[in-house]
Amino acid sequence: MLLTRSSATDRPAPLLSIRGLKTCFPTRAGLVTAVDGVDLDVQPGECLGIVGESGSGKSVTFASVIGLIRPPGRIAEGSIHFDGADLRTLDPGGWRRLRGRDIAMTMQDALTALNPALTVAEQICEVLVAHAQDLPRRNRWRAARARAIEMLRLVGIPAAESRMDDYPHQFSGGMRQRIMIAIALACRPKLLIADEPTTALDVTIQAQVLDLISDLRREFGMSVVLITHDLGVVAEHTDRVAVMYAGQIVETGPTRDLIAHPRHPYTRGLIGLIPRLSDLDAPIKPIEGQVPDLIGLGGTCRFADRCELRLPECRQDIPMRPVGAAHEARCIRAGEDLP
Amino acid sequence: MTAVPNDAAIVRERIESPTGQSLRRFLADRFSAAAMGIVLLFVLLAVFAPFIAPHDPYETDLFRRLQPPAWMEGGEWSFVLGCDGLGRDILSRIIYGARVSITIGLAVVMIATVIGIVLGLAAGYLRGWVDIVISRIVDILLGFPYLIFAIALMAMMGPGLKNIILALVLKEWVVPARVVRGEVLAAREMEYVEAARAVGAPRRYIMFREILPNILSPVIVVSTIRMAHVIILEASLSFLGIGVQPPTASWGSMVADGRAFVLDAWWVSTFPGLAILALVLSINVASQGLRDAFDPKFSD
Amino acid sequence: MTHQEPPPLLDVRNLEKVYHLNDGLLQRVMREPPRVLRAVDYVSFSVQPGETLGLIGESGCGKSTLARTVLRLHEPTSGSIVFDGKDITRIPLAEMTALRRRMQIIFQDPYASLNPRKSVEQIVGLPLALHGVAKRGELRDRVVAMLENVGLKSGHLGRYPHQFSGGQRQRIGIARALILNPSFVVCDEPVSALDVSVQAQIIALLGTLKRELGLTYLFISHDIGVIGHVSDRVAVMYLGDIVEIGPTRALLNAPSHPYTKALLSAVPQIDAGSRRERVKLTGDLPSPLAPPSGCKFHTRCPFAMDVCRREAPVLRKNGRDALAACHLLEIEHAA
Repeated sequence: MLLTRSSATDRPAPLLSIRGLKTCFPTRAGLVTAVDGVDLDVQPGECLGIVGESGSGKSVTFASVIGLIRPPGRIAEGSIHFDGADLRTLDPGGWRRLRGRDIAMTMQDALTALNPALTVAEQICEVLVAHAQDLPRRNRWRAARARAIEMLRLVGIPAAESRMDDYPHQFSGGMRQRIMIAIALACRPKLLIADEPTTALDVTIQAQVLDLISDLRREFGMSVVLITHDLGVVAEHTDRVAVMYAGQIVETGPTRDLIAHPRHPYTRGLIGLIPRLSDLDAPIKPIEGQVPDLIGLGGTCRFADRCELRLPECRQDIPMRPVGAAHEARCIRAGEDLP
Repeated sequence: MTAVPNDAAIVRERIESPTGQSLRRFLADRFSAAAMGIVLLFVLLAVFAPFIAPHDPYETDLFRRLQPPAWMEGGEWSFVLGCDGLGRDILSRIIYGARVSITIGLAVVMIATVIGIVLGLAAGYLRGWVDIVISRIVDILLGFPYLIFAIALMAMMGPGLKNIILALVLKEWVVPARVVRGEVLAAREMEYVEAARAVGAPRRYIMFREILPNILSPVIVVSTIRMAHVIILEASLSFLGIGVQPPTASWGSMVADGRAFVLDAWWVSTFPGLAILALVLSINVASQGLRDAFDPKFSD
Repeated sequence: MTHQEPPPLLDVRNLEKVYHLNDGLLQRVMREPPRVLRAVDYVSFSVQPGETLGLIGESGCGKSTLARTVLRLHEPTSGSIVFDGKDITRIPLAEMTALRRRMQIIFQDPYASLNPRKSVEQIVGLPLALHGVAKRGELRDRVVAMLENVGLKSGHLGRYPHQFSGGQRQRIGIARALILNPSFVVCDEPVSALDVSVQAQIIALLGTLKRELGLTYLFISHDIGVIGHVSDRVAVMYLGDIVEIGPTRALLNAPSHPYTKALLSAVPQIDAGSRRERVKLTGDLPSPLAPPSGCKFHTRCPFAMDVCRREAPVLRKNGRDALAACHLLEIEHAA
């Protein structure tokens, strides 16, 4: 993508830089290429939204980044650089130092991501003792506990001091999601990857959790990658957004620009099928058809079968092309002015 | 990680019922398929015993008393595994003994499973007093040690093939009943059960046509494992002399017969013992394979 | 306005559904007080023929229990359910079974709601077979016709649920619900388990089927955008109560209950212009086992007053065609 090549000089070096990432999973039906040639940069301090439906590769992309692809799945090609380090050549020790300290990830389902057999305090302190260098050598656990209380207060757990010795199942869904954020943020990571942090939550709680992530990002100056299927969440909480479809990024750009002027037909489709409270009569326009099989794709625009604008020329690999300031789309008709 | 598979990949597969898939997975696992082969071999031995056994298992010949196996000094190839204290051919008796073990194993497990399924379904689906009564009986029966329970019943009813089966079934049914009840409690909360109620399906239909097919796999797996237990129990009862009565050949009583000569004629109890071991081990390995093949966690 | 309205297809009055937890033998022997979960707390509403009533609320508010109780999949504790002029609250189950031809439900989870060991033909054909409305030879034809109605093909007949995508499975569930030609259908979160592009397809399908078959929907969702688009009227539930009910437009454009306001302002909006100032709620949903006194919402309400802690408000007209249960309105009214 290298979307800012022209302006690269006046921008700081990206915190995370992904180039040509390709992640595959062998299955009985054939080789599934879940992520196919993804280029992404995350700048220090920014919030990047990754939007896509299931099977789009949005979660797999970031599972690849933090080394959570389990065999037989593997990263086939590409490079991942974080803060100057090449993550693809990292040894297990390097991973342990990196994960939790510099990069943290929260999972969609807080109940299964937290260890049910350990108290909340134990889970936070464990991370702190392992990673936080600024804790004193002596009384490390006591210092960690004090820091844990501070973190739980920060994420809005009422009566944090008395409740931290409870087990995860004793908390509600929203509280568990906050606890997971507290654990993720305990060591002040440079990058937080939030994978569908609010999908399992009710809207009123969802708003609280997303506001919390935004506040903490400003406070710590960290970068956030917000993986979601909800364009509304992206519109309200991110600076930049990448839309993924069938393993590829199909459009990327500044959030406001991309939502106001979507250039890829899939992005337009996604925006068109959001029911708007402001206009109840606006029909919800479904995107007909289904996501293509991820086996043996290539040699065509992946959205072509569902696209109303397709031309015979769409039956080839389509590169990303610039359509505005830092705005790119993977469509041969992206430059056209269409209604 | 919610890594991968996209629905589209699944749709391409050829049409195959879930049971068919499980069976295919089971046969693909060579080790357990081989174990299943051994079990089937024993079944064939049992069924065709009169055609396979080289000698009459009851024919005594005191001249051959404690004759050693063929490869030892004094042995001969027509009595491969040697003879017992009454000069009967051990191989033939083992082949006939397979009949007892397998008949009792199959009969007990099958009857117990049918009873267990019916009572477990009733307890798990109907709940209420039906559940309370059945569950209490199960708890009480679980409190008795198996062997002592069987010995007590055999003492009351007297020995014999039918009585062994009856005694073991009276205790064995609680195992499938408990498994079924637990599975039903989970399955009845599934939306497809509610969906069946919503279209007006009667209770019996829901229990036997909607729920039962979905909980059958764990029941089959457990029943297979239990068959090994039952075979050992039968052998134990026969060993204690309250099982199948002489002269009928049973692996348990054959081991018992050999006890007296275990130092100078080890083969008399060793070979039936090995037969028990081989059959029980094969059943256990095969049941492991069945469990893996039927476990939804491994389905793809 | 009432004299012109046709009689409602469904009329629910003071419906209550209570679950007794901890009600085992041991607890009874130990004389432990039973824990009472009042999932539906004296709820009244009606649904006119041909309309869609949207029911919205967060998890645990009792909306699914309400729908299942209305269908008598769960037995009501008290109150009355009148369907098409007939009181079905206490009719025997056999009579209820016959009525199931006219009252159906579409489930949320397209994975759990289809029996994995049955083929599509068995699943969709089951209602026909149970009610004996189709002869053997005819059954397959009717199943095929229904499948085509919901966008599936006759080639899918022999397949099993695991061979379909989530959206296709939901279509199978819809086919099963509609094959008996019901007049009233509960849609219990029919799209919330699906991807957004598939959601829109299913919503469009439900709309088409409603028009073609003249259906009446009780449409449950936690997604206000979806509810806003499918419903003629909307009811908002909180901890077993309906706190506000009224025509969709009036209710969504000018909500009067603070909970409705909070709910609407929390929905992330894609265009900055339609974002509302957020009514921030504090805290979590209280446990339904120990609901707060008075107005159940007072623990989270930014406008809570003393009276809210003591007295439960009743539903009353808010002057905009909608009914809301809030003490603030009564004060406004008095002023």
